[in-house]
Amino acid sequence: MTAIEVRGLHKAYGGRKVVDGVSFEVGEGEVFGILGPNGAGKTTTVECVEGLRTPDEGRVRVCGYDPATQRAEVTRVLGVQLQQSELQAKLTVREALDLYASFHERPADRQALAERLGLVPHLRTRFGKLSGGQQQRLFIALALLGDPRVVVLDELTTGLDPRARREVWSLVESLRDTGVTVLLVTHFMEEAQRLCDRIAVLDQGRIAALDTPEGLIGRASAAKEISFAANTPIDPAALRSLPGAVSVRTAEGRTVVGGTDETVTAFVSLLAREGVTAGQLRVVDATLDDAYLDLTGTDPR
Amino acid sequence: MNPSVAVLRAETRLFTREPGALFWVMLSPTLLLVVLGAFVPSFREASADLGGRRVIDLYVPVAVLFALIMAGIQAMPPVLSGYRERGILRRMSTTPVRPGALLTAQLALHGAAALVSASLVLVVGRIAFDVALPENFPGYLLALLLAVASGLALGSAVCAVSRTQKIATAVGSAVFFPTMFTAGVWVPVQAMPDTLQRIVGLTPLGAASQALDSAASGDWPGWAALGVMALWTALSTGASVRWFRWE
Repeated sequence: MTAIEVRGLHKAYGGRKVVDGVSFEVGEGEVFGILGPNGAGKTTTVECVEGLRTPDEGRVRVCGYDPATQRAEVTRVLGVQLQQSELQAKLTVREALDLYASFHERPADRQALAERLGLVPHLRTRFGKLSGGQQQRLFIALALLGDPRVVVLDELTTGLDPRARREVWSLVESLRDTGVTVLLVTHFMEEAQRLCDRIAVLDQGRIAALDTPEGLIGRASAAKEISFAANTPIDPAALRSLPGAVSVRTAEGRTVVGGTDETVTAFVSLLAREGVTAGQLRVVDATLDDAYLDLTGTDPR
Repeated sequence: MNPSVAVLRAETRLFTREPGALFWVMLSPTLLLVVLGAFVPSFREASADLGGRRVIDLYVPVAVLFALIMAGIQAMPPVLSGYRERGILRRMSTTPVRPGALLTAQLALHGAAALVSASLVLVVGRIAFDVALPENFPGYLLALLLAVASGLALGSAVCAVSRTQKIATAVGSAVFFPTMFTAGVWVPVQAMPDTLQRIVGLTPLGAASQALDSAASGDWPGWAALGVMALWTALSTGASVRWFRWE
């Protein structure tokens, strides 16, 4: 079953196209990532899913409901953690949980939620005194208070230290285990790679790629990177003509060749043929970072 | 619990956690009256210019209006625009409850705070300075409620035209001083020259001052004064609805 459906979504602000024909479907229980540079239209896209914005064009459905017109139904099945949204500074964690629980007809068990999110020691703490990680955990708790089937998490770990970030990640993983569908907006590759079943890479308001993290990495033009320091210079033209080679660059005495498995094999033969010794030879797999840069960076602007 | 009640309860709690707002809204109006009454002896003497009344008698309605200016124009707009700026309204709009519940709670809260503070002024005025309680009580209540409504509506309009909390505070202050003047904080409206009184009577607080004064001395508040307040309330509410942005 489809939890989120976005089809031909268009949204412009003052004539500037922010989202330009975005389509994707998120299956129930899936963790779906939206990745992209700032201004790619990520937040606008999810805001249309949340019902905070009305699309200029296109179809958006959450569990079959239209966020623009069926607000009551959508808010019942959808939990939202917003980017850059606070609470009243002097509201305590317990009061926030009680308040937001009162908004739902059948709220989730607050105590269990507080325990699961490690908020119990902070129940009497005011929002303004919480650390960034604690605030985010509270926001996740608020998003889950309505016992939603779908959760949108927008820039969940921006501004968190690595430790807090990891804590939040394991929360999202436990969320997946309970069968909740997650739409995750992020610009951290590591986060997307670790958490998401599938990722849509957004660039300039369009989907540049939509695949599993492994699939995206495989699409990187240079799936392998060969890096070495040669004792005698190798003709860059020879390197560039290696099968599958897509890039050759030299920096600080090291030469880096981007290519495929085939390039690696050919490179080794080249070394033998030329009698060159390649010191500090390294062959590394491309990461989601590389795939992302290929997908969003090479576009001439 | 009903969501609107829960929101009101949470906002009331938050209000009690703001010492500044508590002091200025709940205590400072009574304090103004006490300081003037205690330290300016002439204020406690009957004056022929005022038709045999004492200045302190005139300052009770002034302090009452001061309370609602503090609540509606000084305290409320920064809170509301802060809620908007910090995404609190936005977060609420992703829940089954509409963010309007928060605005309604704020209006109710500051309206109630103004009324409680006004009652305190009346009681202290009666006990400390022997200022008679309003003789035409229904008339006084009607005038007071309309005055509170116009004060809250003005405050909402301030919030609606201000895009940030800082601007709301600044615009609030710009509106604050004229309302203080027209409420008679510096010179009671009844002690102003006739022409000035007539002009001030066209402002919401000036009209409120005249209406409260009439009701205090036993008359029914003038329809003109009540009408001026109702008109300002309607205009400010219209402006708020027209220009308020949820984000």
